[in-house]
Amino acid sequence: MADLAERDATRHRAQLVRAVARDGRAITLTIDGREVAATEDDSVLATILTHGPRLRHLEFGGEPRAGFCLMGACQDCWVWTAQGERLRACTTPVRAGMALLTLPPAFAAPGPFATP
Amino acid sequence: MTRIVIVGAGPAGINAAETLLAHGRQPILLDEGRQAGGQGYRKPSPGLRLDMNALMGSEASKYQALHERFESLRGQIDYRPGTLVWGIDGKTLHLQQDGRATTLDYDALVIATGAMDRIAPMPGWTLPGVFGLGGAQVALKDQGCFIGRRVAFLGSSPLLALAARQYRALGAEVVVIADTTPFVRKLAALPALLNSPRTLLRGLAYLGGAMRAGVPVLHGVTPLAVAGDGHVESLLIRDAKGRERRFACDAVALGYGLKPETQLAELAGAQLAYDEAFRLWLPQADADGRAGDGLYLAGDGMTIGGADAAEASGALAAHALLADLGIPSDAAAVAALRRRASRLRAFQRGLSQAFAWPVAQIRALPDDVTLCRCEKVSLGEIRQAMAQELGPTEVNRVKAMTRCGMGRCQGRICGPALQEIVAGVGNIAGAEAGRLRMQAPIKPVALAAAKAGAS
Ligand SMILES: Cc1cc2nc3c(=O)[nH]c(=O)nc-3n(C[C@H](O)[C@H](O)[C@H](O)COP(=O)(O)OP(=O)(O)OC[C@H]3O[C@@H](n4cnc5c(N)ncnc54)[C@H](O)[C@@H]3O)c2cc1C
Ligand code: FES
Repeated sequence: MADLAERDATRHRAQLVRAVARDGRAITLTIDGREVAATEDDSVLATILTHGPRLRHLEFGGEPRAGFCLMGACQDCWVWTAQGERLRACTTPVRAGMALLTLPPAFAAPGPFATP
Repeated sequence: MTRIVIVGAGPAGINAAETLLAHGRQPILLDEGRQAGGQGYRKPSPGLRLDMNALMGSEASKYQALHERFESLRGQIDYRPGTLVWGIDGKTLHLQQDGRATTLDYDALVIATGAMDRIAPMPGWTLPGVFGLGGAQVALKDQGCFIGRRVAFLGSSPLLALAARQYRALGAEVVVIADTTPFVRKLAALPALLNSPRTLLRGLAYLGGAMRAGVPVLHGVTPLAVAGDGHVESLLIRDAKGRERRFACDAVALGYGLKPETQLAELAGAQLAYDEAFRLWLPQADADGRAGDGLYLAGDGMTIGGADAAEASGALAAHALLADLGIPSDAAAVAALRRRASRLRAFQRGLSQAFAWPVAQIRALPDDVTLCRCEKVSLGEIRQAMAQELGPTEVNRVKAMTRCGMGRCQGRICGPALQEIVAGVGNIAGAEAGRLRMQAPIKPVALAAAKAGAS
C-alpha cells in the first residue's frame, strides 16, 4: 500500500506530461530499479520525466536537474545504465530491458545524493 | 571525383543536396539526428499520433513539401543519419556513428548546422521544469509531451507566441506569455519587419489568439525569479508598470531568439566577427556562403534567417560550390536566391530589435544567480575574478579563472550572457570581451569512440 501511495505521489510530480499517444511496441524497463512501461521510440528523457520530477543530480553539489535544451546541446541530461554506460537522455531512445539510473552507479546505493 | 560533404539535414542542407544532385553531383549528407528535417521542420519520432498539419499551421505546406522533396532525393545521395561530426582536422571530419568513431575526408564542405536557443540566466533557472523555448517545441514535436501542465513562456522571441499557440492547440494551459522587450521597441522595428509582412501578420495573429483566449500577454517585463522547492512552482516577474506579478506554473519555457551553432565552421577555418545587431559572433562568408577554400556555410548556422532563408541559402551555397568547380549554373536563379536570402535576413535583423537580447537585465542580475549550469559558476564568481585581475579581461581568461564555459556544453548556454557580463564589468564593447574558443570534440563523444578515433 505504502509503495502504491508513493508511486502515485511520484507520478503526480512527473515533470513531462504526455500530450499525444504513441503507437508502437510496448516495452518495459527500469528506472532506479522501479519497473516502468514505455513505447518504443520514446526517449530516455521523456520516459524518466513522465514518471518523476527529475533526471539526475549535478556533479557539483548534487542539485536536481531535468535537462534543459532538449536538443542535444546543453549536455545537462546524461544518465547512467546499471551496466555503467552513459547516455544523453534527450537524444537516446529507450530499449526494452534497459536499467536506467539517475545516479551514477557508485552512488546508486544510498549515498550523498540519494533521492529520498 | 570531388567528394562533397554536407553537415546538417535541415532546410539548408536539404536544399544544398538537392541543388548539387540536380547538377549531377552526389553529396554525402550527415546529420546527428535520426530523421531529416532539422529544427523548425522536425518530424515526429515514429508512431506519435501528432497532427503536424494542425501543429505547423500556416507553415504546414512548406513542412510537407520539404519532407517530400527529401524523400525523393534520399535514395540518390549518401545520407547518413545518426552521424555526429565532432571534430575537423584539415580536410578530415571526425565522426561518431552508432557509438563508433570514424573519419571522412572531403574536398568541399557545406556546413548547415542550424541554431539553438539563446538563453539569458535568471534566478531559479536551473530548477527542474525550466527548459529552453525551442526545447519546449522539441518535447512536443519529437516526444508528444508538454514540458509541464501549466506553462509560462518567458524571454523575447517570435517563437514565444508560436510555441504557446502549439501548446494551447494541444490542450496545455499557458499561464503567461511574458516578453522582456518593451512594446515601443517593437513599433520602432516595424519598418524592417515589413520586409516580410506575411511573417509579421502571422506573429500578430498568434498573439491575438492567445489574448482572446484570456492568456496574459505582457511586454517589457523584468524576470525576477523562478521559484519552487526542487521543481518549478511559480514565475515572478515585474511588469512594464513596475508591479510584481506571480504566475503559478509547473514549467517555464525560456528563450531569447536563436544562436547559430558555429563550432564546426570555426574548426573548419571560417573567420568569426562580432555582430552588433545580434550581439553574437558569426562566421564570415560572402553573399553566397563562401567561407574559405572548399568551405561553404548556409542556413541559421551562418546567420539567423529563418526557414525560408535557410532554404534559399542552402541552394546558394551549392551554386557557389558548383561554380567553384567550374560547373555552370543558372545565373538568373542565383540572382533571385540572393535577393530572397538578403530580404529575409533583413527581416531577421528587424526581429532582433523587436525581440531584443536583454543586455541591461543580464548585467543587473544578482551575484547569486548561476551563470554556468554545467559547472555551477555564479555571476558573483565572475565579477570577483574580474575584480582581482589587473588590466583588460576577456572571456577566455575569465573561463580559465572561473571554469565558466569550460563544462560539457562548451559555453553554448552560458556564452552569450558571459560575454555581456564581461563586457559590462570591464566597461568595454561586446567585441572586445572576446570570444570563447571552440575545441574538438564539440560535443561529448562516448569514450570508446574517442579512443578509436585517436588510434
Ligand atoms: C528548437 C527550434 C525550434 C524551431 N522552431 C521553429 C518553428 O516552429 N518555425 C520556424 O519558422 N522556425 C523555427 N525554428 C528556426 C529554425 O532554426 C529555422 O527555421 C530552420 O530550421 C533553419 O534551418 P537550417 O537548415 O539552417 O538548420 P536546422 O533546421 O537547425 O538543421 C540543422 C541540422 O544540422 C544538424 N547538426 C548540427 N550540428 C551537427 C553536427 N555537429 N553533426 C551532425 N549534424 C549536425 C542538426 O541535427 C540539424 O538537423 C526553430 C529553431 C529551433 C532551434
Ligand atoms: S537536455 Fe540538453 S543535451 Fe539533453
